[in-house]
Amino acid sequence: MTRQPFILRNPSILIVLAVLAAFTVAVTLMSAAYGNGAIPTSMVKVLGKTLCLALAAVAMDLVWGYLGILSLGQMAFFALGGYMVGQWLMYARTETIVAASLAQNPIPATPLELQEAVANQIFGVVGSSDLPLVWTFAHSLTLQLILVVAVPGILALVFGWLAFRSRVNGVYLSILTQAMTLALALWLFQNDSGFRGNNGLSGLQNIPGLEGRDQATLSVWFLWASAAALAVFYVLAAWLVSGKFGSVIRAIRDDETRVRFLGYPVEGFKLVVFTLAAMITAIAGALYYPQAGIINPAELMPIASIYLAVWVAIGGRGRLYGAIIGAVVVSLLSSWFTGGRAPDIRLPGYVVHWVDWWQVALGLSFVLVTLFAPKGIAGIFDRLSGLRAPRRAAPRKQEVKA
Amino acid sequence: MMAFRASLRLFPALLLALSLLALPQISAANPALEAVIADNLDQIEKPSRRTVEPLIAEIAATGPEGLALLSAWASRNLGMTDDGRLLIVDGDSATDAATGAAVTGADPKMLRPNSGVRGVIEGALVAGEISSPDPARRAAALSSIARDGTSAHLDALRAAPAEEDPALAARRDRVEKLLTIRFDTDTAARVAAIEEMAGDVSLDFRAALNPLLATSRIAATEEPANANIARELSVGGGDFSEEAAIALMTSEGLLQPKLSSADQRNALAANIVDGHVGGVPVGQLNDPAARDRAYEALEAAGTVPPAATEAEAGAALEATRFFDTYAEPDKAVTDAARAAQMRAEVRLTAMKGVDLGLDALSLASIYFLAAIGLAITFGVMRVINMAHGEFIMMGAYTAYVVQTMIANRTLSLIVALPLAFVVTFGAGVLLYRLVIRHLANRPLETLLATFGVSIALQQLAKNIFGTQARPLTAPAWLEGAITFNDVISISSIRVAIFVLALLFLGLFLFIMKRTRVGLEVRAVTQNPGMASSMGINPDRIAMLTFGLGSGIAGIAGVAIGLFAQVTSELGQQYIVQSFMTVVVGGVGNIWGTLAGAGLIGVLSKVIESFNPSNTLAAQTFMILFIVIFIQFRPRGIIPQRGRAAEA
Repeated sequence: MTRQPFILRNPSILIVLAVLAAFTVAVTLMSAAYGNGAIPTSMVKVLGKTLCLALAAVAMDLVWGYLGILSLGQMAFFALGGYMVGQWLMYARTETIVAASLAQNPIPATPLELQEAVANQIFGVVGSSDLPLVWTFAHSLTLQLILVVAVPGILALVFGWLAFRSRVNGVYLSILTQAMTLALALWLFQNDSGFRGNNGLSGLQNIPGLEGRDQATLSVWFLWASAAALAVFYVLAAWLVSGKFGSVIRAIRDDETRVRFLGYPVEGFKLVVFTLAAMITAIAGALYYPQAGIINPAELMPIASIYLAVWVAIGGRGRLYGAIIGAVVVSLLSSWFTGGRAPDIRLPGYVVHWVDWWQVALGLSFVLVTLFAPKGIAGIFDRLSGLRAPRRAAPRKQEVKA
Repeated sequence: MMAFRASLRLFPALLLALSLLALPQISAANPALEAVIADNLDQIEKPSRRTVEPLIAEIAATGPEGLALLSAWASRNLGMTDDGRLLIVDGDSATDAATGAAVTGADPKMLRPNSGVRGVIEGALVAGEISSPDPARRAAALSSIARDGTSAHLDALRAAPAEEDPALAARRDRVEKLLTIRFDTDTAARVAAIEEMAGDVSLDFRAALNPLLATSRIAATEEPANANIARELSVGGGDFSEEAAIALMTSEGLLQPKLSSADQRNALAANIVDGHVGGVPVGQLNDPAARDRAYEALEAAGTVPPAATEAEAGAALEATRFFDTYAEPDKAVTDAARAAQMRAEVRLTAMKGVDLGLDALSLASIYFLAAIGLAITFGVMRVINMAHGEFIMMGAYTAYVVQTMIANRTLSLIVALPLAFVVTFGAGVLLYRLVIRHLANRPLETLLATFGVSIALQQLAKNIFGTQARPLTAPAWLEGAITFNDVISISSIRVAIFVLALLFLGLFLFIMKRTRVGLEVRAVTQNPGMASSMGINPDRIAMLTFGLGSGIAGIAGVAIGLFAQVTSELGQQYIVQSFMTVVVGGVGNIWGTLAGAGLIGVLSKVIESFNPSNTLAAQTFMILFIVIFIQFRPRGIIPQRGRAAEA
């Protein structure tokens, strides 16, 4: 029996790709560099960053919506990806600057002198002048790009292996992922961890080798890169969950014990999805931080990862496009409301400043979504297209609810 | 400089002398003193260190006026008139030393005894004080000597009559030993004193040992003959690097200064001729070897000063030996001192261990208070309440509000504790009724929904109380610390928190084991289905436990607020540790929570003690340890048994 290509079986993929392409082209045509300039460069950057967040949300949906692991540490992988690419960006740029200033000297600098000067420049803020061991590969873009996926991948692999083999699951696993993230954040906060402590890495928006291009141009390039990454990994994720593999991981989500009894290596499946999601998240981070320009350990405090879960939940779990919708809608709304541009509401006797009240509204709306719309925004689409709602974890102890 | 230091050393003696002047304002004449002065006028004017001692003893023996004269003499406040009278000068006024009569209009010649003589006088003064019939003055004299003793004091102490007061006798004995260690010329006596005091951990003994064990580092080709060598250093091993060795040799003149790369570069830059330095093209000078060649060429031409090359430095290193030598020349003394210091260190480590244990205990009680509510709700309902930290915060803010209304701090604390319980109990019940019961058996959704509540509550607190920290002041009787000795001490608040934790442990055990509600809670925890068919309403029980857990969080908030600043992020700082406590301890069992809190408290303090300056690293390692711990005991230290454990 011949089966249709999976894309044709999932029209939603084509719709998502079409919308993404239209969005990217439209933004490009309205950008300052390639279009009429209706969208300022800072906004192009915000949109590009939002696409990266959407990609992280897709990975989160793989892990949570399809595999059933509520990982509260996804943003750790995101930030690690950013740190890995940031190392090269910062090193290469500082090297260019330092080499130019050393060239003023009558005597040409030795390689050692150059490296010392670079290290001094980068680590002066944390009172050190040696290049830490973790910066060994910082001079090479290729090696750092490999590290972007390798470091979070290995971390996820080791952590996942340890956690899954001892059958830590459910709430325990969530807490453990949160602890891992916190441990990593606290470690990075130290001045002697080799990542400049709470100063983080900065100046990442300047791309070495592309000094001739202005930020307006670069922002559009990064928008395209982010859109391409989102498209590629969205299709990959959709393909992964559509076949037999997808059925197995959904089955693990719904009843892990039963799947194990059926003879599937549950730990292996979990490990593959968890590690893959970590790598995708890291790539999203590697694209995000050159647009943000700065990364510091506060980015991977547990709260950030919980927000990612919030986006996916509001967008709709177990629907990949739901994750994208959630991330885009909530993150853009958040930056609009907290940016101070939203109009205040004047009540008799009290003025509601959105800057102060947005968090309250977000928190409460999140409670409401969990209570009344567990399928999130994607649930509306399901209803519109008459789809059967995805089966969710069967409440196994229904009898308790007297 | 030396004079300045000498005067510093004299300062306590001066104080002593001034206090003597102030104390006995006796203006009666003293004929004995008058006679002594008249007989020895020459020697008083030009005293000699060697011969002055009998005279001073004679003056001191004449009574308080004699002592007053001596102290004025030592502090250079004694003047001599032309007609041979001695005047004690105090600013503009002067009194006759022998008669005590005030003298006006005299222009005395001030006597300036040298430091040797002054030392003898001081000794005599202390001897006088030490044998004073007044115990308070003897104690003051001892304190003065203990603060800053000299060798003269040592002789005086030894010559003084036996002390009757046992407490003072012990103190005097101790001071005498410390002085013996520092000033005695007899090796055997010093060693004996050191050995007697060995194992003492007090600061003054350690301070007496430190100068004996102070070393200086020397470089020499031969072992120095007359130096007291602590050890020979091997270059590159341990704490003595090659750079340090070369720097030492350079400073001792055993080696020409080695050229730093910056100096070399500057020297080369100053000698560029036609794009070449010493025959080497400038373009090639980005290679260290080429730079060395260029410099050697310049050196040979005599344009730059010669500098030690790597080879020379290496040869010098080979030929030189390095030693740490004691400033104290006597080897027997330093050996004894080292052994004593070792013993002191061992005991000190043990005491620090005890201190650490106290710290860990108080930290564990905080975690226990913060986690106990979380543990019971998790045990009964299998849900993690992410807003638990905000309940802690709510308790702290309740106490803050109470404090703004009730000025008496003790009273406000007494009001705040139950009120915090009531407020957070209410908030917990509300949260249960509105949110959690509708999400029964969906633990991950509950986690996220309560997280929504958490961020909303946090922002609400920010909106109401502002972002700056609010102080919560403890009553006066909770301030300060309980101190056992130089090392071991614990602040009273932490003791109070420990007591509070014990109280709640007792209360909790009572409710769980002795009341109807406790029985029902245990039944629902073990098997909800069976419990409900026995007529227990699980919904009501869940609500009550949730309220109880939240209430205890509120109490914990008051306790935490007493030593930490109350901010809207207060709860967040403790929530992860609370989770860890629950996860490590095992759920649904109070002893598990206790064990978890104990383990985490001890662990974080122990890890912190390895590197006290870096608490971030301590937390990182603690979390890593917990992640690994979960590998071996996935269900915690005290796992839940029975049917509920299978869920």
